[in-house]
Amino acid sequence: MSDSEKVKENFNIEQQAKKPAASFLNLKSLFSKNPGDLVFENITRFFAFIVFLLVFIMAFEMIKASMPSIKQFGLKFITGTEWDPVDEIYGALPYIWGTLFSSLLALIVSIPLSLSVAIFLSEFAPKWLEKPISLLVEMLAAIPSIVYGLFGIFVLVPLLRTTVEPFLGKELGFLPFFKGAPYGFGMMAAAIILTVMILPIITSISRDVMRSIPDSQREASYALGATKWETIKVVLSGSKSGILGAILLGFGRAVGETMAVTMVIGNRADISLSLFNPSHTMASVIANEFTEAISDLYISSLIEIALILFIITIILNAIARLIVWGVTKKYSGALN
Amino acid sequence: MNNFHYNWRKLKNTAVFTICVIGVILVLIPLFFILYYTLKQGIGAINWDFFIHMPKPVGESGGGMANAIVGTAILIGLGGLMGIPIGIFAGIYLADKPKGIFAFIVRYLTDVLNGIPSIVVGVVAYIIIVIPMKRFSALAGGFALGILMIPLITRTTEEMIRLVPNSFREAGLGLGIPRWKTTLSIILPAAFKGIFTGILLSIARAAGETAPLLFTALGNRFWSVQLDQPIASMTVFIYDYAKAPFNDWNQQAWAASFVLIIFILLLNIIFRIVTRKSYTA
Repeated sequence: MSDSEKVKENFNIEQQAKKPAASFLNLKSLFSKNPGDLVFENITRFFAFIVFLLVFIMAFEMIKASMPSIKQFGLKFITGTEWDPVDEIYGALPYIWGTLFSSLLALIVSIPLSLSVAIFLSEFAPKWLEKPISLLVEMLAAIPSIVYGLFGIFVLVPLLRTTVEPFLGKELGFLPFFKGAPYGFGMMAAAIILTVMILPIITSISRDVMRSIPDSQREASYALGATKWETIKVVLSGSKSGILGAILLGFGRAVGETMAVTMVIGNRADISLSLFNPSHTMASVIANEFTEAISDLYISSLIEIALILFIITIILNAIARLIVWGVTKKYSGALN
Repeated sequence: MNNFHYNWRKLKNTAVFTICVIGVILVLIPLFFILYYTLKQGIGAINWDFFIHMPKPVGESGGGMANAIVGTAILIGLGGLMGIPIGIFAGIYLADKPKGIFAFIVRYLTDVLNGIPSIVVGVVAYIIIVIPMKRFSALAGGFALGILMIPLITRTTEEMIRLVPNSFREAGLGLGIPRWKTTLSIILPAAFKGIFTGILLSIARAAGETAPLLFTALGNRFWSVQLDQPIASMTVFIYDYAKAPFNDWNQQAWAASFVLIIFILLLNIIFRIVTRKSYTA
């Protein structure tokens, strides 16, 4: 980290010395520069521009394609609870509910778990233990979601149906969360799979953020006679916003997760608090119905759901990235 | 009293340590179990037929996924054709301009792009390619995978170029070599290993994608390598076979995910080894 920072710093100085004013089209540099440099720079700028353009093209194409549905339903699309391809009435509220409910459940479980792992890895663990645990956690982030879904169908769902859900229904059935028949496929299975899938992200980012807190802060805390936990509190208060960013990124991942959720959530459009109930998310309805959609309005409505998903994840990621960037930048200067 | 306070603080310290250890155990057990179980099931289900035979019709047992393995390779190839050049050149641009406003925006959008759900990318590929072509095709699937590969390649290329010591750059410029030639013939070769493994990583990501292929490449039970036709892929096969009520198909889904996991973990480990070396160098 410090090495790359130094390289960056040196490079900046060199750049500034070479080019007093860097603007998009600089006439002076047009003549003073090596023509090869000019060509090369513009080629790379062109490709960077493609990346830049991509996000806007995606947004534009989706808005254009979902226009029929937007015109037809307006805001009712978001508040409507009926999804009826036969009568051509489309309201996406059950899907929005399913997405938010499953993602929030996953967050509630995974935040304390991943924070305790992150604290362990960054503050407690000796190097020989920290390396393999970090490796395992990061490897799990690389496993494709379809494999999690496969595991969900054949291991998690039967387990929930035969053991966990009947037990919870009997013991805690008075709560609204544990009402209904234990199908196995449903909100609970989806939330558990999502929890496992977002654990690696929140863990590894919060660990990185906590590590970027300079050791001098820890030393200062120890010097005042603080215990390890009191020192960790100092570290945590310094990495608060970074951890918030990590949580938002995990949330964004959970919201957009498709295959694993589609395979275990049961795919029924209900709005219910019960964890046993089969449900539907925005991503899973697109995955399930897109190839079956025949009428133009049907496809347009599904694309509008994709657009809503796009907007939600863009906002979440935009905020989270800014936060995480800000934190690591703030302390990278203090490191050396 | 003083002693009591001290013991209380020590107790809290131990309590937090215990909670953290319990958390680690709670996390590691399911994670480890998923990995173990999937690999075990996969080993039990895999055989040579899986790699060299075509899928059998419903009701007949045996058969393999030869067409899906080739299909996944073709889709990754198409994605790479689009994603690799864009990613590398955009990465060079970002590494070259650490401070510019436009570079900042591009860097930011790349990270944001990385967080967009892959199914949304599939929908976009459907709008841009499937609707005008009026049919599902390998091209549309490759386009979707290409978009998903871009952010990863861009950012690793940028990082890897940044890691090349500045003295390399100065040596080139000191010899009077123009900047562009310095970048192409000194910096890029020095960063090549890192960039290459970044590409491997993006291939690993593309190989595991299912959602963007569902309504672009669609899937195909027959042998097809034509780019304007629907094409099979391992992930879509896993999805179809996992939902099917035939035990034989379920077994093949496990076999396919075994192959995928081994492939993806291998690429990730290579990435790790290579980047660790270049960090210490």
